[in-house]
Amino acid sequence: MSLFADPRWGEALSHLPDYLGNHVRVSLAALALGLAISLPLAILTRNRPAPRAILLALASIVQTVPGLALLALFYPLLLAAASVTLAWFGISFSAFGFLPAMLALALYSMLPVLRNGITGLNGIDPALVEAAKGVGMTARQSLVIVELPLALPVMMAGIRTAAVWVIGTATLSTPIGQTSLGNYIFAGLQTQNWVFVLFGCLASALLALAVDQLLGLIERGLRRRSRLHTALGGIGIAALVAVTLVPTMGRSSQGYVVGAKTFAEQYVLSALLRDRLQAAGLSATARSGLGSSVIFEALKAGDIDLYVDYSGTLWANQLHRTDIKPRAELLAELKTALAKDNITLLGELGFENAYALVMPKKRAEALGIRSIADLAAHASGLSIAGDYEFFSRPEWAALQKTYGLQFRAQRQMQPDFMYAAVASGEVDVIAGYTSDGLIAKYDLVALDDPRQAIPPYDAILQLAPKRARDETLQAALKPLLGRIDIATMREANLRAAGNDANSSPDAVAKWLWGKVGQR
Amino acid sequence: MPSKLAISYAHVTKRFGLLKAVDDVSLDVAEGEFVAVVGGSGSGKTTLLRLANRLIEADGGSVTVEGEDVHNVDPVALRRRIGYVFQSGGLFPHLSVADNIGITPKLLGEPAAATATRVDELLELVQLDRVAHRDRLPEALSGGQRQRVGVARALAARPRIVLMDEPFGALDPLTRDALGEDYRDLHRRLGLTTVMITHDMTEAILLADRIAVMRGGQLLAQGTPAELSHSSDAYVLELLRTPRRQVERLNALLPRSGAA
Repeated sequence: MSLFADPRWGEALSHLPDYLGNHVRVSLAALALGLAISLPLAILTRNRPAPRAILLALASIVQTVPGLALLALFYPLLLAAASVTLAWFGISFSAFGFLPAMLALALYSMLPVLRNGITGLNGIDPALVEAAKGVGMTARQSLVIVELPLALPVMMAGIRTAAVWVIGTATLSTPIGQTSLGNYIFAGLQTQNWVFVLFGCLASALLALAVDQLLGLIERGLRRRSRLHTALGGIGIAALVAVTLVPTMGRSSQGYVVGAKTFAEQYVLSALLRDRLQAAGLSATARSGLGSSVIFEALKAGDIDLYVDYSGTLWANQLHRTDIKPRAELLAELKTALAKDNITLLGELGFENAYALVMPKKRAEALGIRSIADLAAHASGLSIAGDYEFFSRPEWAALQKTYGLQFRAQRQMQPDFMYAAVASGEVDVIAGYTSDGLIAKYDLVALDDPRQAIPPYDAILQLAPKRARDETLQAALKPLLGRIDIATMREANLRAAGNDANSSPDAVAKWLWGKVGQR
Repeated sequence: MPSKLAISYAHVTKRFGLLKAVDDVSLDVAEGEFVAVVGGSGSGKTTLLRLANRLIEADGGSVTVEGEDVHNVDPVALRRRIGYVFQSGGLFPHLSVADNIGITPKLLGEPAAATATRVDELLELVQLDRVAHRDRLPEALSGGQRQRVGVARALAARPRIVLMDEPFGALDPLTRDALGEDYRDLHRRLGLTTVMITHDMTEAILLADRIAVMRGGQLLAQGTPAELSHSSDAYVLELLRTPRRQVERLNALLPRSGAA
């Protein structure tokens, strides 16, 4: 059983109380809110065909929005709402994590609850509603004593469907900052840690299955009017919630939160930062898998305390600049701009993760190519491949314009496959990433950019506004600045891309500190 | 006037769209009387019954219950003081026999203990075994037992008036006969006023003091069976002839001693 001897199972298990507890918490809250909204709506519209049709159509439309998109949409929505409430009432709230995830999931849960609620209430024998009236019930008494109890089994079936959907979709709330079982899946996919992916899928499937079966027991109990079934199901659900939630209680203070985006290098760096803070005696956790549009706002709002971004990314996405400046100048200007948002640019880690034109070292030597300027003379006979966005990015336009590049053919590829493709000669040149470990693995070379067509992408460490004067924090982080060179980062990324016990972000972070800590 | 009126319909009209379900009907039901309203389907007899406890509201004319125009009485309060027996029981399937019977006292806010005692009395009154039936769900009962529960439920809040919507229609002949007789007995012992709807003239003749015949929303005739036989209306006479013809044929087909 070598599969289960893998220590990554143990590592995955150690995260379970946190991930599962948060997953259950957000699912439960979303379902409760969804029910609180949809059940009254189902009751109110049961005898009103027109509003009912509109409501069901709206709920169906929500259902057609992919779960990931719906969750992602709630972040900017809440961010805007928070700025409005701040401007009008002087109160703000966190648009990060729990709130957007809960709201989006609640919206997602509404269709089955509404549909079954309405079906259940409309499916009652009209003679019984008439009888309720005839024995002297008011409309409300008829609803409470007769209609709702009779519709309950059908309603319960809807609640059951909604619960399974919410539990499944909650795995997608990781990128907007809500810890969930999706953390396993996002981290696993990005670092090729299939143990994590499998663990996350199994855990969420088992949770959904358990909840489905327990709610099914309640539904059967209601249908057959068996108090035993209903009670057993209810006790089961209560026990499940208690067991998953209790371990996460009283953990409100998680100390410093280190953010990370959704790719391997970020997972490794956030683990490294967390370890350094813990080594300095500070309490710290890593919040990884955050969407790149979410993470900067989360830092600004103080939902996370620090994270690593890249100068060129902020230059384009936050400052909306399209011009290109030399490395130091760009950094200086960026630092001033970030300071306006009270964000501290603590410094550079020492390496760049930029786009670069990459080709096999031997081929480049044979052709006498050392820089992109050299490449331009050969380009008309060569083919190039890039990721899905590269050929529409300003970098590509700048490269073509600056060097007069004209390739014979250009193709789009999944980033993981590009390196193997160029190594095997399937394409001649690729637009890779300078810190990617595969450059070393396949014995490739990143060509120089002497005319600086590609903006610099220095890895920079940023601190949230509330940490601007945190001396202890800054002292703990200072030893990392300027220490991580490109070769070391490539090797770390290569390790992280492996699929073995030493490839987990935690393990690679420890290795990385072993390399740079002694310098 | 020999006795007070329990229910009085005066020129009552009810339309459903273009259809006149009840067309200028006037009918008085005296206290303690057992009146059967006879008619085919669509004759308006159910509508007429429901106008009395405001399950349906009249468009014209007036309906008076125990001296009060029903429009001046809160419909919910009115229904709580008038017993109603539904076609095929109308029992709530998720409530036990006892909870079904005790529903109106409960709605009236009577103490639970008093209601429990009342339920036991009623089970005895409708001749159901308390131990065997009290906590059962309606689905565990036979059709006849269900209808007995329906009668017990209608009587739970001690109404003086009971309305019955084809109460015995769906039962087998033996059960139907026994139940009809038992109810007739209850009606007399409790001093009830009963209005019963039926499409069966035989049942009406056997149970009721007076019969009202309806057709196409109109009241064709009313009176004791003997009075009705002097009616000039062909439909009424035809309705009356049917039971007799059946009896004559039965007598011809069955040996006289067969039933003994």
